Amino acid sequence: MNSRPLTREVIAAPECARALSLPEWEQLIVEARVSGLLAKLHHLLLTRGHAGAVPERVMVHLESARRIADEQHVALALELTQLRSILAAIDCPLVLLKGCAYVRCKLDAGGGRLFSDIDILVPREHMASVESALMLKGWVSAHRDAYDQRYYRQWMHEIPPMQHIRRATTLDIHHAITPLTSRIRADSGLMLASAQRIADGEPWFALDRHDMVLHSATHLFLESELDKGLRDLADLFSLLTEFCADDPQFLSRLVSRAQAVGLERPLFYALRYLERYFDYRPDVLALSALRDAGPAAWQLKVLDMAFGSVFHPYSRTASAAFKPLAAFILFVRGHWLRMPLHLLVWHLGRKALMKKPKKKDNDDQDQTDNMP
Amino acid sequence: MRLTHTGAVRRLVHKQIVFEIDGERPFLPLPHNQAFPMFEWGMNWCISTNLHKWVLIHSAVVEKNGRAVIMPAPPGSGKSTLCAALVARGWRLLSDEMALIDPSSGLLQPFPRPVSLKNQSIQIIRDFASPDVIGPVFADTHKGDIAHLKVPTASRERALECAQPGWIIFPRYKAGAATRLSSMSKAAAVMQLAGNSFNQDRLGDTAFRTLVRVAAQCGTHEFEYSMLDDALRCFDNLANGVFDP
Repeated sequence: MNSRPLTREVIAAPECARALSLPEWEQLIVEARVSGLLAKLHHLLLTRGHAGAVPERVMVHLESARRIADEQHVALALELTQLRSILAAIDCPLVLLKGCAYVRCKLDAGGGRLFSDIDILVPREHMASVESALMLKGWVSAHRDAYDQRYYRQWMHEIPPMQHIRRATTLDIHHAITPLTSRIRADSGLMLASAQRIADGEPWFALDRHDMVLHSATHLFLESELDKGLRDLADLFSLLTEFCADDPQFLSRLVSRAQAVGLERPLFYALRYLERYFDYRPDVLALSALRDAGPAAWQLKVLDMAFGSVFHPYSRTASAAFKPLAAFILFVRGHWLRMPLHLLVWHLGRKALMKKPKKKDNDDQDQTDNMP
Repeated sequence: MRLTHTGAVRRLVHKQIVFEIDGERPFLPLPHNQAFPMFEWGMNWCISTNLHKWVLIHSAVVEKNGRAVIMPAPPGSGKSTLCAALVARGWRLLSDEMALIDPSSGLLQPFPRPVSLKNQSIQIIRDFASPDVIGPVFADTHKGDIAHLKVPTASRERALECAQPGWIIFPRYKAGAATRLSSMSKAAAVMQLAGNSFNQDRLGDTAFRTLVRVAAQCGTHEFEYSMLDDALRCFDNLANGVFDP
């Protein structure tokens, strides 16, 4: 069996699926399932008219994964209805982020998208009232530990995740795009101000399309735990492809916007790795403006290796020997970007010394997302 | 999917086995000698977490004369013992663990795997069937002692042949009880099927319609028994149309 990763290839060009042999389909299913992309694959093959080329026994797996995604989308709609009525009295825009926004905006990136929590962004000055309104209706902070509470509240761009006591849904409430102590700091106010209502009569807002891409890139490339890295890169690919098709000027506007809000670096990474792994070839002119946005050459070399490992899906044949080291490099880097050195030493030192046995939250292993 | 040993150092002290699927390890390791039961549990887990083409119900399924009995039941109700006894007396084994109901056809997809017997059931089936169709006993697993009944060749050869559901029967072993098959309402049967389903919440409306459809075309009963011979006579009567309430 060949070990060329197929998931990226089929996402970038779904028509490739027509030429796959059965052993290749098998490899694709394994890769995509582990990467959380199986349902997205179903969406792409269906909407691009290649469903007929999928062998019946392969379709069973694609449809099964899609059912899980569809069920999550129904659950999301119910949760959003609940949340809206709880937060109706608070007079501020409630902005959906990431997967929830892609689904609610009916974007291509939302098709078959799986998620483990709901992310919303609210203006910082409304945080306290949002949090207390939620607490009155059964949402509790998932972290009871005093240190964790302080970690989030003093340094992060979000409060500790909240969880509904009965339904166990996790809600991440952000008040900024990047952590307050971050080395790369976005102008969250500017981005929040450009957020728009998703549709007429729709209570929820979404970031402006340019900001949506920038937020997605920022989240992926400043993150310290990247177990869903390939899925997030695939999100970026879908977003950019759709937005550029709708607006030929999109990319150049995106670059200017990145400069205006201070997020050239994440955009630089996004375009670099999309070109490398999804064969995404953006307009060269637009790119020239980002020429100096990258890190030093040696850093880029290390990152290329580390991200290369993250974006390489699991396969039965390829060696995964470098994965733990890559994960460690990105973990330390993520924290380094997130806070100044003295805080970093204190925080990681404390984490190492106070390591508690890991508790498994229900079946959802994804909930470790963003944990301190 | 593979079963592998835990790390080399650990192995010197305490030999353990771990279940791996596509690079992930969904379960805690088990003692080395429980490799086979773990393999069984792992295979069932793969089906119930990944395949949603069918409505999956925790249930034994056996068939005779073209009509199948779906026997959903919680552990301890004697489902596997009854299933093993039926299979030993010529009923076709579709599954001891899971009923796979196709929502589009309403038919049952076989999934014939060795029947897992626990504790006293092992000896009962050894006596009832023949000792050479029972595998080795794995002592002290988290479910107690476990042994497996071999899948009969005839059932294995028909593994791709779907079956029409004929009855939904909720069995309950009760020491000393007389064999009693009593009719239950379709609505109650649907609710209990749903309660034993692994994925009805995922399939939503589809699952509900499928369960209603299956219950409507099946005889729905509760079944209490203590003697296997009596129980089998009762099932054979059903299959032969001697009485079909």
